[in-house]
Amino acid sequence: MRQLPVVFKRELASYFATPLAYVFIVIFLVLSGVFTFYLGSFFERGQADLASFFNFHPWLYLFLVPALAMRLWAEERKSGTIELLMTLPITRAEAVGGKFLAAWAFAGIALLLTFPMVLTVNYLGEPDNGAILTGYLGSWLLAGSYLAIGSCLSALAKNQVIAFILTVCVCFLFVASGFPLVLDAFSGWAPQALVDAVASLSFLTRFDAISKGVIDLRDLLYFASLILAWLMATAVVLDLKKAD
Amino acid sequence: MIEIEKLTKRFAQHTVVDDLSFRIQPGEVLGFLGPNGAGKSTTMKMLTGFLAPTSGSARLFGFDIQKDTLKAQRQLGYLPEGAPCYGDMHVRGFLEFIAEVRGYRGAEKRSRVARAVEQVELQAVLGQSIETLSKGFKRRVGLAQAILHDPRALILDEPTDGLDPNQKHQVRQLIQNLATDKIIIISTHILEEVTAVCSRAVVIAAGKLVADGTPFELESRSRYHQAVTLVGDAPLDEVALAALPGVAGVERNEREHSLTVLAQPGQVIFPHVSALVAARGWNIKEMDVERGRLDEVFRTLTRGEAA
Ligand SMILES: Nc1ncnc2c1ncn2[C@@H]1O[C@H](COP(=O)(O)OP(=O)(O)OP(=O)(O)O)[C@@H](O)[C@H]1O
Ligand SMILES: [Mg+2]
Repeated sequence: MRQLPVVFKRELASYFATPLAYVFIVIFLVLSGVFTFYLGSFFERGQADLASFFNFHPWLYLFLVPALAMRLWAEERKSGTIELLMTLPITRAEAVGGKFLAAWAFAGIALLLTFPMVLTVNYLGEPDNGAILTGYLGSWLLAGSYLAIGSCLSALAKNQVIAFILTVCVCFLFVASGFPLVLDAFSGWAPQALVDAVASLSFLTRFDAISKGVIDLRDLLYFASLILAWLMATAVVLDLKKAD
Repeated sequence: MIEIEKLTKRFAQHTVVDDLSFRIQPGEVLGFLGPNGAGKSTTMKMLTGFLAPTSGSARLFGFDIQKDTLKAQRQLGYLPEGAPCYGDMHVRGFLEFIAEVRGYRGAEKRSRVARAVEQVELQAVLGQSIETLSKGFKRRVGLAQAILHDPRALILDEPTDGLDPNQKHQVRQLIQNLATDKIIIISTHILEEVTAVCSRAVVIAAGKLVADGTPFELESRSRYHQAVTLVGDAPLDEVALAALPGVAGVERNEREHSLTVLAQPGQVIFPHVSALVAARGWNIKEMDVERGRLDEVFRTLTRGEAA
């Protein structure tokens, strides 16, 4: 893993070499403000916490993160630089991990720039700053999961738009699998174990728990293994499809 | 040493590289020739570990490219076809990235980059972003990237494509300078380049090896090998020329009063021709002995006929 930081650094710098990064950050900040203050009734709730901020993240990320992830590999394949990268003496894990971590770090930077929210609630009341911290952690893990899924699908598609649409769909499945609507569709015929399994796949329930300040090791493990699994899938897909 | 053993690549039933075997020793500059779609780039992609062969193997200095991929790749500099580079990076940043991936840090990194930049004359565009470079400069960035770590083997896919005549000359010179202790494989469609820089030429067609020898050996397969071309100021006696010992035939050229006298394989006819010219007192403006025409050999070889 010696060359991972090299790949990471190049990749992160490349985000800021194009306007894409700034556009992304601005859209993210504006939308999270709109969601929190208008749709989330931040003031009307009269509570000093960031629940109305974090609640919308799964939905906000559903469109923003795939936009970030779609270029990860699709662009390398389109421009042919994948041939350069894959013939340099770096391992698959270094390439996949370095690129993913750069995208994740970028998402983290965007997330950190929402710090005025934290200042605002602290100014208005006495929030539980520990819960806010875990909220940020949960949100970042969520972004990482979306990104890992996007990384794999971006490796699968040469076209960035297709990568984007596929990622939105798959991420939506992961979010929606916790909905009563989906679970009801299963509970009629499937054994309870399967219903539980589907429910446990959902981002929503685990994200809710973490963002309320409840850190369960199983939830952390869930996100970590989900990210790892999708990154491994990325490496496999790359090996199969890189030359097409 | 590079050992290629029964290398084969199939894409969906379509065999692109077919049972290719050969060895390359340090000091050799191998020109890899073949018509479009012959499988040159595909072979190079397998040699550099980008594509996995369907069957067969390639070993670079003892490291199997499939099993010891990283070790083999460390010995290699590779310029992929079309010289892909990260367009949004600046030339200096890109070369520093490559140097870091190759394991150089600090002063060593800077000196490696500086040296590569000097070798392909990139000083003027160091601060420019790669996507705004002209095609030839992009190719030079790709070359700089490949030679930066002074690899033991260089694999260059059409390195002079898109370069101006000065740069072509420069790159050929560079290849010759590097060649002393390295293995260099270049694919090219410019046959004069093969005569100019390569010590060995391998021709493939439809994925199969059709010829392997020095450029001189290939040239001597040409029907024009040892042919004598004459340009006179009056019509020349074709019958007398054709009757000379060792002459295979006489061809008329487009130029007025110009003939090419072909030699039978293994024969040297120049003394006889010049003796006849002297005996008849012809006024000859030009007289050349040909080494052979590589393009003609190439055509014959790659159209499936035996040369
Ligand atoms: N990923 C792929 N899938 C299917 N066919 C492929 C793939 N890559 C290459 N081919 C086919 O393999 C053949 C050889 O291609 P290759 O690029 O090796 O030719 P080449 O000798 O380098 O030709 P050129 O002189 O035009 O560069 C072509 O017919 C090409 O269509
Ligand atoms: Mg080619």
